[in-house]
Amino acid sequence: MTKLLQVSGLCKAFGGVVVADKIDFSLSAGAMHCLIGPNGAGKSSFFRLLLGEHAPDAGTITFDGDDITHLRSFQRIRRGISVKFQVPGIFKALSVRQNLEVAFQSHLSGSQLEQTIHEMLEFTELSHVVATPAGVLSHGQQQWLEIAMAVGVEPKLLLLDEPTAGMSPDETRKTGDMLNELNNRGITILAVEHDMAFVEQISKRVTVLHFGSIFAEGTIAEIVDHMGVQEIYLGTVDDG
Amino acid sequence: MTETSNGTGSSQPRLAFLRRLEGPQTMGRGPLFWGAAAVAVMIAVVYPLMADAWTVGNTAYFMIWTFMAMGLGLVWGYAGALSFGQTAFFGLAGYTYGVLTLNFGAAYGLTIVALLLSVALGALFAVVIGYFMFYGRIQGVFIGIVTLSVTLVMETFMSQTAGPQWRIGEARLNGFNGMSGISPLTVPWPGGDLVLFPGPILYYVLLGLLVLCYLGLRILLNSPFGNVLVAIRENPHRVGMLGYDVRLYQMLAFAIGGGFAALSGALYTAWGQYITPSSMGLTAAALPIVWVAVGGRRDITATLIGTLAVLYGFQALTIYGSQYALVVMGALLLFTVLVAPQGLVVAGMNLVARLFRRAQR
Repeated sequence: MTKLLQVSGLCKAFGGVVVADKIDFSLSAGAMHCLIGPNGAGKSSFFRLLLGEHAPDAGTITFDGDDITHLRSFQRIRRGISVKFQVPGIFKALSVRQNLEVAFQSHLSGSQLEQTIHEMLEFTELSHVVATPAGVLSHGQQQWLEIAMAVGVEPKLLLLDEPTAGMSPDETRKTGDMLNELNNRGITILAVEHDMAFVEQISKRVTVLHFGSIFAEGTIAEIVDHMGVQEIYLGTVDDG
Repeated sequence: MTETSNGTGSSQPRLAFLRRLEGPQTMGRGPLFWGAAAVAVMIAVVYPLMADAWTVGNTAYFMIWTFMAMGLGLVWGYAGALSFGQTAFFGLAGYTYGVLTLNFGAAYGLTIVALLLSVALGALFAVVIGYFMFYGRIQGVFIGIVTLSVTLVMETFMSQTAGPQWRIGEARLNGFNGMSGISPLTVPWPGGDLVLFPGPILYYVLLGLLVLCYLGLRILLNSPFGNVLVAIRENPHRVGMLGYDVRLYQMLAFAIGGGFAALSGALYTAWGQYITPSSMGLTAAALPIVWVAVGGRRDITATLIGTLAVLYGFQALTIYGSQYALVVMGALLLFTVLVAPQGLVVAGMNLVARLFRRAQR
């Protein structure tokens, strides 16, 4: 499988705090991959480096065959990277429809725009709140709206920062189904997540970050059984 | 903000832009609104027949300022950048119009060319200031500080141009006293040039321009460009993460707003045949904020109505209350911020809409 994303020797430090320490990471087209790690491991910083919100001190990021290390955020989005933030990044005073319009209008217009909005409303089950201001939606609905907006830019790679944060178990399961469906449609997904049941539901492979570097990588079963991973999460290893 | 866009696709692409006269970014839709708007325009058309020439010229003076106010509404209310700098573009365009007409005269429609060049220069200056601000990552309250500084620097500079060395061709800048003897707008006309002194003809020209600009802004605001501006106001970070160059959009909005202020400045100079540095001073810079805030900065119709109402009230207070007029303006701004932060006209329109809906039930 071809590599959609290739990160080599990525480094970033803020003063004495190292958030990325020679990270080598790659993602094949069509993959569904999760990134886990304790708080402060550098997961969100890694996302910010991928999105161009932080400039790396060293290293390169290659996306779809092109070096995007020095591109601005909006240019990376135009190349096919999209993101859903942990705290829903929606336009709260605007209606659901307007949110989707802003997301899709850069590359769609007329009947195509209408059709895509209709499809995404159906997909996220938000059709009944299309005229509602996004700020009054439930937390789960806001998360789904942002997923719809992120998908609307027709990304090759979708970055999800804790997509189920604050969701009920039912909403979490539904979100997992949505992401599996998106992955089946060909979108490569990289998600930061803490909920291991959710990781198990969506992900085939998992990477563990610790102190800004890659600590372990493997299938979910391999990671769960990894003694070192248990230690960095729990602070101790259960010998019993 | 209410949802109105029904998005019926593009079955009539040639007329698609007309559908944008209505949309989620502007209040007012349907036959009732447009009927009321048509009645308002008709009243405005017959008004000069019922008033004396001085009063009509004075009303034209009020209309001149609405362009600057609508520009500020675009920059502040829609794009979310509070700017005190509208007067900088107003003043630059006013002086440019003065310099051009004093040098080249008013024959052959040159005042119209001077007007267009003044507006273009004002907008270009706004592009330059906007570029340094938005590409320099200046945000929030600092936009207000920078733009206020720009207008005050220009006022200070123009105030010290009293010496004879401060001239551009035939035009002396005249320091604190400003430039005078500037030609009014002069339109070539069969049988002799039409000189637009304050009076009914200038009034009709301004009315036509106002209707054109108002409708044009409604179309712009309900277009994809307007959607992005409003989204930037709500969450610029997210807009950037949807692939838009946020700084470019902010700069363009600032330039369009500056262009509208420049239009006011050139028209003001043509109307009064003078321009002084005080047009870029602190008081002049603060007043558009009051007009737009009192009317309602997030709706172009409210901005227009509010500006005309406040200007009329301000002039009446100036005549009868002298310096207290400015104190009342400050109090009005405070009252608006505390009681109806979305604007008094918007609050009034919402109240009327609620009563209308209740009556329909």
